[in-house]
Amino acid sequence: MKLTLHVWRQKNASDQGRMETISADGVSPDMSFLEMLDLVNDRLEKEGVEPIAFDHDCREGICGMCSLMINGVAHGPEAGTTACQLHMRSFQDGDSIHIEPWRSRAFPVIRDLIVDRASFERIQHAGGYVSVNCGGAPDGNAVPISKIEADLAMDAAACIGCGACVASCPNGSAMLFVAAKVAQFAHLPQGQPERKKRVQAMVATMDAEGFGACSNHYECEAVCPKDIPVKFIGELNREYLRTACGD
Amino acid sequence: MNFHLNSKIPDGPIQEKWIKAKFDLKLINPANRRKFKIIVVGSGLAGGSAAATLGEQGYDVHCFFYQDSPRRAHSIAAQGGINAAKNYPNDGDSIWRLFYDTVKGGDYRSREANVYRLSEVSANIIDQCVAQGVPFAREYGGQLDNRSFGGAQVSRTFYARGQTGQQLLLGAYSSLNRQVDKGTVKTYPRTEMLDLVTVDGHARGIITRNLVTGEIERHAADVVIMATGGYGNVFFLSTNAMGCNATAAWRAHRKGAGFANPCYTQIHPTCIPVSSDHQSKLTLMSESLRNDGRVWVPAAKGDKRAPNDIPENERDYYLERRYPSFGNLVPRDVASRAAKERCDAGYGVGETGLAVYLDFADAIQRLGKDLVEARYGNLFHMYAKITAEDPYKVPMRIFPAVHYTMGGLWVDYNLESTIPGLFVLGEANFSDHGANRLGASALMQGLADGYFIAPATVPDYLAREGTMNADEKVTTHHPAFEEAEKSVTDRVEKLLSIQGQRTVDDFHKELGLIMWNHCGMERTKESLEEALKLIPALKEEFWKDLKVVGDKDSFNMSLEKAGRVADFFELGELMVRDALQREESCGGHFRGEHQTEEGEALRDDDRFTFAGVWQFKGNDKAPQLHQEELQFPNVPLTTRSYK
Ligand SMILES: Cc1cc2nc3c(=O)[nH]c(=O)nc-3n(C[C@H](O)[C@H](O)[C@H](O)COP(=O)(O)OP(=O)(O)OC[C@H]3O[C@@H](n4cnc5c(N)ncnc54)[C@H](O)[C@@H]3O)c2cc1C
Ligand code: FES
Repeated sequence: MKLTLHVWRQKNASDQGRMETISADGVSPDMSFLEMLDLVNDRLEKEGVEPIAFDHDCREGICGMCSLMINGVAHGPEAGTTACQLHMRSFQDGDSIHIEPWRSRAFPVIRDLIVDRASFERIQHAGGYVSVNCGGAPDGNAVPISKIEADLAMDAAACIGCGACVASCPNGSAMLFVAAKVAQFAHLPQGQPERKKRVQAMVATMDAEGFGACSNHYECEAVCPKDIPVKFIGELNREYLRTACGD
Repeated sequence: MNFHLNSKIPDGPIQEKWIKAKFDLKLINPANRRKFKIIVVGSGLAGGSAAATLGEQGYDVHCFFYQDSPRRAHSIAAQGGINAAKNYPNDGDSIWRLFYDTVKGGDYRSREANVYRLSEVSANIIDQCVAQGVPFAREYGGQLDNRSFGGAQVSRTFYARGQTGQQLLLGAYSSLNRQVDKGTVKTYPRTEMLDLVTVDGHARGIITRNLVTGEIERHAADVVIMATGGYGNVFFLSTNAMGCNATAAWRAHRKGAGFANPCYTQIHPTCIPVSSDHQSKLTLMSESLRNDGRVWVPAAKGDKRAPNDIPENERDYYLERRYPSFGNLVPRDVASRAAKERCDAGYGVGETGLAVYLDFADAIQRLGKDLVEARYGNLFHMYAKITAEDPYKVPMRIFPAVHYTMGGLWVDYNLESTIPGLFVLGEANFSDHGANRLGASALMQGLADGYFIAPATVPDYLAREGTMNADEKVTTHHPAFEEAEKSVTDRVEKLLSIQGQRTVDDFHKELGLIMWNHCGMERTKESLEEALKLIPALKEEFWKDLKVVGDKDSFNMSLEKAGRVADFFELGELMVRDALQREESCGGHFRGEHQTEEGEALRDDDRFTFAGVWQFKGNDKAPQLHQEELQFPNVPLTTRSYK
């Protein structure tokens, strides 16, 4: 396959950045999207041109490192798939592909397709935990947890923290990300003691970091590579309301 | 340079060693702990849990990692599960049985006392993770669910769907976040350790490169913990993440840390086969698939019919045939070699002939598609995505791939390396798995090291060797830091200045192929001696013909990779030397010359019941081999048999 790539190039945070057109030759349909970029980068380097910088690590769809806007869609055209798990057989010979970084006020660009997601970290620091010291925990089976609740907690906990939800939201909202963490703990007995404090602290930090509000576009759910459902945003809203009502 | 291998195994019966050790280890008064600075390199299960726990104890902890978040360390990718001797299913498990299985599974090349301790703390790990809110799989009655996992005859594996590593890491990450919020832990994302600094023979700090700005930085501390993961990427193609590297461990080795058993690599039997040379990594399919899938190849050589067209009586279920009692559940090393044996003999399937079938037709018939989907849905989905084939209808094609490294920096019972004040945790140490690791035991070991062992042994070092007096502490102005920083800067500049023709990946792929062909699933004297010529020649070419574009003062992926590959060359050579020295077959190390008539691994206990520990002697000097004798008073040496 032969493709034409339109790629965002930006040397560093202070550079303005621009789209550049780069051709990709000899692409095989069995390649992953990132392997296609490897191929292009190998050629660029041999020509003495700086390779396209992009984030990646596990290439198995679990670390949440890869973060590409592909033709305007976070992680590209396949539902429930990260960019690293997307294969070139989803494209046609001769296609033009636009590749951009996540765009959000809260995710400044570091270089080319790489953004800084430290704002996600700070939300987690604010309350994404159960306050339990190591040692002295009761037996794992001391408190039974119904399979239904455990499964719901797991559905939420599957979030890989990639930021696709923010990148795809017209408001740049991080609600789905925050909802996933809050819901995981809300469904478990271990999360109960700090339930109110957690939701308040995480939402306050989310707001302070410059993420937008949710106005029910549900773009986040559509692009989430782990299919985290928006019903968790409803749960987040309820959790937040409970704290306001003093329940 | 001083080089003692004192394993510091406590006296007394094996059941009492850790209890005794914990009592003998010195403590630090809670009020004084914040005066001690601890560097933790790595934020995976081992590093993340250690940093969080030492933070909870009140130390001043600084945690470094190369990803943008601790949650992205490669532990995140573990799928199958974590072992613990809880015996919830009441099927005969015990601390002793887990200990026994691990020693035997490691082919009698691990240290008994460490393995016993690992089994002993395993149950506490599950309790700790549950308390953090890890959503383990549960039964309808609300109790934790268990499954049986490769090579075990009891169900002792805890899991969270197919994402156990992710959930355990998120647990450790959450504890780490709590400490960051409290101010006891500071994190350094996108920061790579490029050297270890020693002062008077003790580890006193590290030199790092900020991967965003390119800045080279000095960090001093009272003690250094490394939990930097495994080195499977020496082979280029492996199930490891792209960034997994040996640089931290290798730099420490060059500063005096012994490197133990580098030749012990684990080749995992159930990975998606290589499809072509553009491939950048291999994808593991969890071993749990072998609980219900049956492995086979055509009974006739070169049979190119589609799998579903091959009738039952023309299939060879070779694992069931060769190992009637364990069948498809034989340990990894055995399953991998058996697949290679069939493919080498011309029975392999798929376009390359380098694959065997893993078939779920029977399971679907027996259990129904829904149950198979409930158990393995995400794996089937992943397989379909990568290969564009539907495993519900057509058997999967699988082939072994490099997965885990049992070798690593040598540590004593306290997890301290041969450099005092340098502790090594998780996959980075040579650890508890001997020559072969059992499934679901790496997560257990990483968390045992980080939650329970280092938090007891590191304070002992500080109490014995550390100082609370600020004036006596080593600072980054010490000449040792100056020197280490200069050598790092020189090396970075050297890599950029070569300006040859070949890219880093080009070299890395070639090195990987040499390692796979000459020091992979089967090694011989001949192949290893050949590798000892090929690797240094390629290394020389690397330093003459490498091309890295870009500069050192900005984000530069090629420069990062170049430094890592440069270290892989040196480590690769040591792996080959170690494999050559070990004239026996054991676990993941299979020497073609040393096998039984049936093709099973043949140990030589008289000559090789030791851990081989290598000492770095200088750039152009041969490294020196030391031996830690291993004793097995509790699990008598027998030949591993899964027949
Ligand atoms: C695909 C896959 C599936 C697996 N499944 C299982 C399973 O089901 N059960 C099981 O028990 N085991 C499994 N394993 C093995 C297990 O996941 C690993 O052995 C274990 O997680 C390693 O943990 P760790 O903390 O030692 O290292 P890692 O999680 O690899 O963490 C290494 C850390 O070190 C940092 N680091 C590395 N080098 C540097 C440097 N130079 N400078 C700064 N930081 C650095 C990284 O940023 C990272 O934070 C699996 C492994 C793989 C690859
Ligand atoms: S690289 Fe890890 S999720 Fe894509």
